[in-house]
Amino acid sequence: MSRSDVLVDADWVEAHLGDPGVVLVEVDEDTSAYDKGHIANAVKLDWKKDLQDPVRRDFVDKHGFEELLSDRGISNDDLVILYGGNNNWFAAYAYWYFKLYGHANVKLLDGGRKKWELDSRDLVTEVPNRPRTSYHAADADTSIRAFRDEVIAAIGQRNLVDVRSPDEFSGKLLAPAHLPQEQAQRGGHIPTAKNVPWSKAANDDGTFKSDDDLRKLYGDEAGLDFGKDTIAYCRIGERSAHTWFVLHELLEQPKVKNYDGSWTEYGSLVGVPIELGAGR
Amino acid sequence: MSGQPQGCGAPAGGVAVSENSSGEAIIEGTVSAGGAPVQVGYARLLDDGGEFVAEVPLGADGGFRFFAAPGTWTVRVLAPRGARAEETVSANRGHTTTLAVSVTAPGN
Repeated sequence: MSRSDVLVDADWVEAHLGDPGVVLVEVDEDTSAYDKGHIANAVKLDWKKDLQDPVRRDFVDKHGFEELLSDRGISNDDLVILYGGNNNWFAAYAYWYFKLYGHANVKLLDGGRKKWELDSRDLVTEVPNRPRTSYHAADADTSIRAFRDEVIAAIGQRNLVDVRSPDEFSGKLLAPAHLPQEQAQRGGHIPTAKNVPWSKAANDDGTFKSDDDLRKLYGDEAGLDFGKDTIAYCRIGERSAHTWFVLHELLEQPKVKNYDGSWTEYGSLVGVPIELGAGR
Repeated sequence: MSGQPQGCGAPAGGVAVSENSSGEAIIEGTVSAGGAPVQVGYARLLDDGGEFVAEVPLGADGGFRFFAAPGTWTVRVLAPRGARAEETVSANRGHTTTLAVSVTAPGN
């Protein structure tokens, strides 16, 4: 596998956005961005309304995923190109999700919406009309999804990567600094976790750093043991999906899981150990 | 807050201030170029070690807002055609720090 198997750049998208069998999908939490303008022919996925169960804290089940992709006119053999705002966090989350339900051919637009906008490339408001399909999802692949008990058992045993900002890691902030800080759960991090903020894997324009830089970042600088399994987490699992993408798809680490319960779950559990401060 | 955790995404311009915001250390402002609001661009917040903390797309009025903690922060603005600006500010709890940032694109 190489970078071109999992990433495309903006020039590639401009050249192929009308190709049959290629579906562009913008994924955002705030879908007003899509409504104001998106890449031509892109359909939208709403991270919250479309990808999260409306009642339980979980993402949509296999049937829900099939229904969603059928509704958006996506077929099993389509090449899906995902992109979005927030440096592709939600697009990376959707990528992880598409992989979890077995979609074969899915890639990320490197740099996402931000790079596209900073390049002053065209955005349109026309919404494409894609005929409904009959999408078939695979059973959820839990080899890439971690649950809380597994995370607690991994303390001191596996690589735990906390991809939040240093101030969230230390316990100074409970949420990213563009959000109100009212959450009630405890601050801090899972003991033995290394803090490698997701942002260190990306350039200012949202594109991923080179494989050499990434290997240096997680290996030499953070001290991850590449011989061990790894679990990445953040606050709710989308920033850590970005890091999951880096470790599993770009650096081809075989056993990497995303813990989507993340700090909003762990930091509210009764009786689990929490570490404060900068760590290491 | 509802049963589902709020996502970490930032709406354009930043999350609105509410009646619960009185204890927050808010950093907000607007970005302009030649007196006009910059509508396509990004404001990112860096901590005192230069580490990325948060980023929001600018609002239609060129606006941005962060909910920080007391301390010293840097706001860096990215806009098309390589336009950049950077300002260092301090934030205090219960206080809103307001910035007016102007950017110039190289070659403009």
